[in-house]
Amino acid sequence: MTSLTIPEIREKLKSGAVKPREIIDALAARVAEIDPKLKAYNYLDVEKSRIEADAVDVTKPLGGVPIAIKDVINVKGDPCTCASKILAGYIAPYDATVITKLREAGAVLFGRTNMDEFAMGSSTENSAWGKTRNPWDLERIPGGSSGGSAAAVAGHEAYAALGTDTGGSIRQPAALTSCVGLKPTYGRVSRYGLTAFASSLDQIGTFTKTTEEAALLLNVIAGHDPRDNTSVERPVPNYLTQLKGGVRGAKLGVPKEYFVDGMDPEIEKAVRAAIEEYKRQGAEIVEVSLPHTKYAVAVYYIIATAECSANLARFDGVRYGKRADHPKDILDMYGRTRAEGFGAEVKRRIILGTYVLSSGFHDAYYNRAQKVRHLIAEDFHQAFKKCHALITPTSPTPAFKLDERVSDPLQMYLADIFTIAVNLAGICGVSIPCGFTSNKLPIGLQIIGPKWGEETMLRVAHAYEQATPWHKEKPPL
Amino acid sequence: MAESSSPGIDVTYVADLARLRLSPEEIATFQKQLGDVLGYVSQLSEVDVSHVSLLGEADLKNQLRADVLAPSLPVAEALANAPAQENNLIVVPRMIEQS
Repeated sequence: MTSLTIPEIREKLKSGAVKPREIIDALAARVAEIDPKLKAYNYLDVEKSRIEADAVDVTKPLGGVPIAIKDVINVKGDPCTCASKILAGYIAPYDATVITKLREAGAVLFGRTNMDEFAMGSSTENSAWGKTRNPWDLERIPGGSSGGSAAAVAGHEAYAALGTDTGGSIRQPAALTSCVGLKPTYGRVSRYGLTAFASSLDQIGTFTKTTEEAALLLNVIAGHDPRDNTSVERPVPNYLTQLKGGVRGAKLGVPKEYFVDGMDPEIEKAVRAAIEEYKRQGAEIVEVSLPHTKYAVAVYYIIATAECSANLARFDGVRYGKRADHPKDILDMYGRTRAEGFGAEVKRRIILGTYVLSSGFHDAYYNRAQKVRHLIAEDFHQAFKKCHALITPTSPTPAFKLDERVSDPLQMYLADIFTIAVNLAGICGVSIPCGFTSNKLPIGLQIIGPKWGEETMLRVAHAYEQATPWHKEKPPL
Repeated sequence: MAESSSPGIDVTYVADLARLRLSPEEIATFQKQLGDVLGYVSQLSEVDVSHVSLLGEADLKNQLRADVLAPSLPVAEALANAPAQENNLIVVPRMIEQS
């Protein structure tokens, strides 16, 4: 039963063939069997999910469907640790808006998924609670930072999961685990109740087995929220109705800068084959140029760290979370609380972010990065005058081995080379399964849409998905 | 960004600004790793940004709302996560004597 898609379990629930509680039981049994290997979940209260399931209205759009939640989104009465020791013992006092919306649509909340601490990382190795494994090869990372959500969905320990994407943290793990990972346009989904990492980049999105489920979930979580002034007051279309229109006559852009030296040849081959498939279906392929692509990672590591150094100032031992024992004065309390509470990558980024904002360096780093960010966004703006969506690889390599990049932060940062620019430009992107390497490691295809272009982007993704078998393959667990 | 051609981040000083106490080992490791990262980001100095203005982003507008009272977290719930509290207040070490 855990291999079914959401529309399939919805049919069983609506017909009364299966009760919501039985769905929870099936999932809990799968978690008990698989999660000791994957370590996708940080927190799971099955009994609480059962009680929620007993009370749901199965006629609602997600009635009775369990959804796993990345451990960075607040759910009232539950822990929200952000995979950090500094939030050990913290209990969320309110629901994030996306949680309220899921509840209103009849979804049952199921567990919190592991992640890189405060969403900082590309491998889910930076978690205070242990490393999540890739269901396709337990010796490899699942990607990150939303690696727990990706592994849970890929390993059929969750039907769907919420994640967050600041520089690729949904799309890259989706690619590395053969899921559909959707990052909506900046402002499409409320972030109220999401613990902030980099506020000009963070966006909540989804992990699912199929594009249809991604559209279904986006229908539920999208929309303006008066409690998040960066969410935009703009009507939410029905993403499902446009999904099946096909790509005949669509113009799809292939940015030449995304096919670079050093890319894994098997990934290049798979993505080139996907482009041929789109041609076969009647799409017109146009070459486009995004000339500032090579600066995206550098811009990102200035802007994201600057914003993180400000956002994470709130973790100081005063109002919530950990406080160092027996502080001798307030500075001792701040310094030791943060030293004991944060892991290495978070400390590294706070230091870098504080540095690039510090007196004398602000203009050279932060202001310059903001200007180059503007040029990156302008590249996309020009490209979308020539095409409806862009087709690229999601990740330059398949899943790498655990510990392979831990000691070299710069190599780790380059894992996000194809996803970061989308966040910098505030546009939308989705990664879908695009085949496997000869070692049977998943390959992801990224479809990038313009601002508010989710309908077209998902239609393009759906057309490829329906013509290929990749999304139906299961990992060898 | 002339400084970054010879990456010279003073990790001890910056950690103090960030209220983050680091061990000597962390300082040494970060000094090296952040030097590498700053070397990498120094490539931004080659981009011509002279024509870029960050003012007046066309699609961003202020979103204002009426200033009306709405339900908020009860005090007890807001304080429930505080490491130390007394009389509906959060308790911290005294700070008035700090230089």
